[in-house]
Amino acid sequence: MKRKVAIIGGGQTYHASRRHDVNQGEMVNEAVRAALDDAQMTMDDVDAVLLGNMEFFEGCHMTDCWLADATGAYGKPGLKITTGGTVGATEVVAGAHHVASGLFDRVLVIGFEKQEEGDSSAILSGVAHPLYGRSLAGAAVGYFAMMGASYMQAYGAREEHSAMVAVKARQNARKNPYAHLKLDITIQDVLASKMLAYPIRLMDMCPTSNGACAMILADEKTAKDRCKKPVWFRAAETAHNEQFELTWRDVTTTKPIFSRVCADKLYKKLGVENPAAFFDVFEIYEPATWAELVWYEDLGLCKRGEGFRLIEEGKTEINGAIPVNPSGGVLSTNAIGATAMLRVWEAALQIRGDAGEHQVPKDVNWALTTAYGGTNWTVMTALSKEWED
Amino acid sequence: MTERVAIVGVAQTRFSPKRAEVNVGEMAYEAIEQVLQETGLEIERDISNAVSCSHDIWDGQTISDIGITDVIGGHLRTEEKMAMDGATAVYYGAIGILSGEFDCTLVLAHTKMSQTNRNIVNNTAFDPLYTRMLGFDFTSAAALQARRYMSVYGISAEQVARVVMKNLGNARHNPVMHNGRDLSLDEILHAPMIADPIRSVDVAPDTDGAVALILASEERAKKISASPAWILGLGTCYDAHYLGDRDLADCMALEKASAMAYRMAEISEPRKQIDLVELGDEFSYQELLWMEGLGLCGRGEAGEMIESGFTASTGELPVNASGGLLGGVPVNVAGLNRVAEAALQVMGRSGVQIPDVDIAVAQGHSGFCGQHQCVVVLGREARSR
Repeated sequence: MKRKVAIIGGGQTYHASRRHDVNQGEMVNEAVRAALDDAQMTMDDVDAVLLGNMEFFEGCHMTDCWLADATGAYGKPGLKITTGGTVGATEVVAGAHHVASGLFDRVLVIGFEKQEEGDSSAILSGVAHPLYGRSLAGAAVGYFAMMGASYMQAYGAREEHSAMVAVKARQNARKNPYAHLKLDITIQDVLASKMLAYPIRLMDMCPTSNGACAMILADEKTAKDRCKKPVWFRAAETAHNEQFELTWRDVTTTKPIFSRVCADKLYKKLGVENPAAFFDVFEIYEPATWAELVWYEDLGLCKRGEGFRLIEEGKTEINGAIPVNPSGGVLSTNAIGATAMLRVWEAALQIRGDAGEHQVPKDVNWALTTAYGGTNWTVMTALSKEWED
Repeated sequence: MTERVAIVGVAQTRFSPKRAEVNVGEMAYEAIEQVLQETGLEIERDISNAVSCSHDIWDGQTISDIGITDVIGGHLRTEEKMAMDGATAVYYGAIGILSGEFDCTLVLAHTKMSQTNRNIVNNTAFDPLYTRMLGFDFTSAAALQARRYMSVYGISAEQVARVVMKNLGNARHNPVMHNGRDLSLDEILHAPMIADPIRSVDVAPDTDGAVALILASEERAKKISASPAWILGLGTCYDAHYLGDRDLADCMALEKASAMAYRMAEISEPRKQIDLVELGDEFSYQELLWMEGLGLCGRGEAGEMIESGFTASTGELPVNASGGLLGGVPVNVAGLNRVAEAALQVMGRSGVQIPDVDIAVAQGHSGFCGQHQCVVVLGREARSR
């Protein structure tokens, strides 16, 4: 990119399955105010506003237009991009491009979802092909059931392994004041939870949350003048798979897969050879427990088929060698339009050392984030504490 | 702009009230294949990323770009979806290139209005708390705006009717449009009333179609095309959502968006410096209102301007020589079609070519009553500050 871009502020709402105290605009405004406060700015300092969410989820067309007062976009340049579950990360990337273009110095990016106002599972089945796929679709649970079954069959992992992921997420969430599911649970609790679609149990899935996240991106001069702890946006990559394709959920596939291809491209950009050593923390998009294990492998944190060993050995715990989702991740909080942005914002908090109780106990210089869209594509970002390493 | 971005290729499907023989992906591919052939580019080798434009609720497809990910070259590559009007997809595509991240971007917009009901889709764009249950759609909101504009500035029904007469007349000569015809003022003024003062012929008709174009950095553009259309200026701006929060005769968002674009393009006297305008006449009165917002004349002067023939294809400043959206262009695709038609004029390749178009302006808008505005200034010569 032609100009350096930094995250100079951000904020999020508390996440819950019910937010009857606020409407969509008021909820978005909570995150916007939090981000402005964090950056010590007012709306007058913002040059452009970008917003994203899943318009079908709440049945609201053009939410950016409706929420122009809540976001502060009134009288300012801006736009709405939507890319599915990836949308929060796409807004960050789009914001970075806005700043790097030289046309804007300070850009506000926002992601939100108020899922209680719609029926996300029904709408997620609408991701499938209208003629061939929808009668088979089982919302997000169905997609990840295929992935989990395939993983167990191929590598000999057991339900206990996915349960370990579920426990790690909810225990980490207890340290995160903004997280939705702060559950003091054990592996036994997970294995005793309701079966939704084998091998996915209730506690293997993310919740349907309401919430919003906002961040402020800026050019180098603004960042250095106005921010004590800028976090540098170093690189991003997006990759899709051909849509309406089911075979990617076979974890043994040898075909190129969006997640691996995207990681390869990002690592090449940054000259990363050993991602587990290069990055100090990971915030990944795991709507289901099995997805986290597959991410370990697709990101090259371990060999293929060994992801479940990482969780077994505790390596991805907050105090492990390769901390993954110290925030509690998507399994604890999933306000879809905000979720991928929360990965980036939580990674930025780790780099700033501002993550509070869920701060990983080591120097965090580099962080990697991922996203999932339509379960079939991803947006990854890499952040750093210093520009020169 | 210190760096330059150009449009190096443009392709449009034939627009038609109903394209039952193709699905969304197939329709999109018609435009994509054509623009790749025309420019000699290949997706894998030459295109660095794609920006699409469509809407979940229009397509009945959750995450609507899923319907075109494969045909746009998204497989294992970058594609992002603009959930606004197509002009904003060009704006965002250009920003991506200016950022240095990309150097050749495929931009696509598609919509099949025949597959759904515009009134229901439009209604879901109104806030769910206060105004949606009043039954508003874009047409009834437009009727309020038309009335307010006509009453504040003394614009007559006949002056608005002249927009319909001009644009449908122009559309007859444009091979992609389907709504071209000769109508007399009398016929227009007696067409069936939809929402007073808006009559059936005042509304851009339901249409299926897609538009694709390719943006390139200066270095790439010079190798791809001998006559690219250079992007000289870009601007967007939001107005308020609630109709009661705005004076609907005002064009604050368009004035700000065009000011931003004109500043970049170093345009200080739009009426003199601009040779051609393609704007978003989703409803006929909007052509006059947006002309004023674009600074082509003073407030309230657009009515006299059209009466004088100033904006006819043969006039001093042709507006919607293509036939405009009234000529039959799908919603969402609308702004990309506006940019495409303006680019073709600048490139000298339009089916309805106006001589000597050095600077053209395209305008698109999203939301009812033009709440979000986007302005793109194109030039035959690349200029930089």
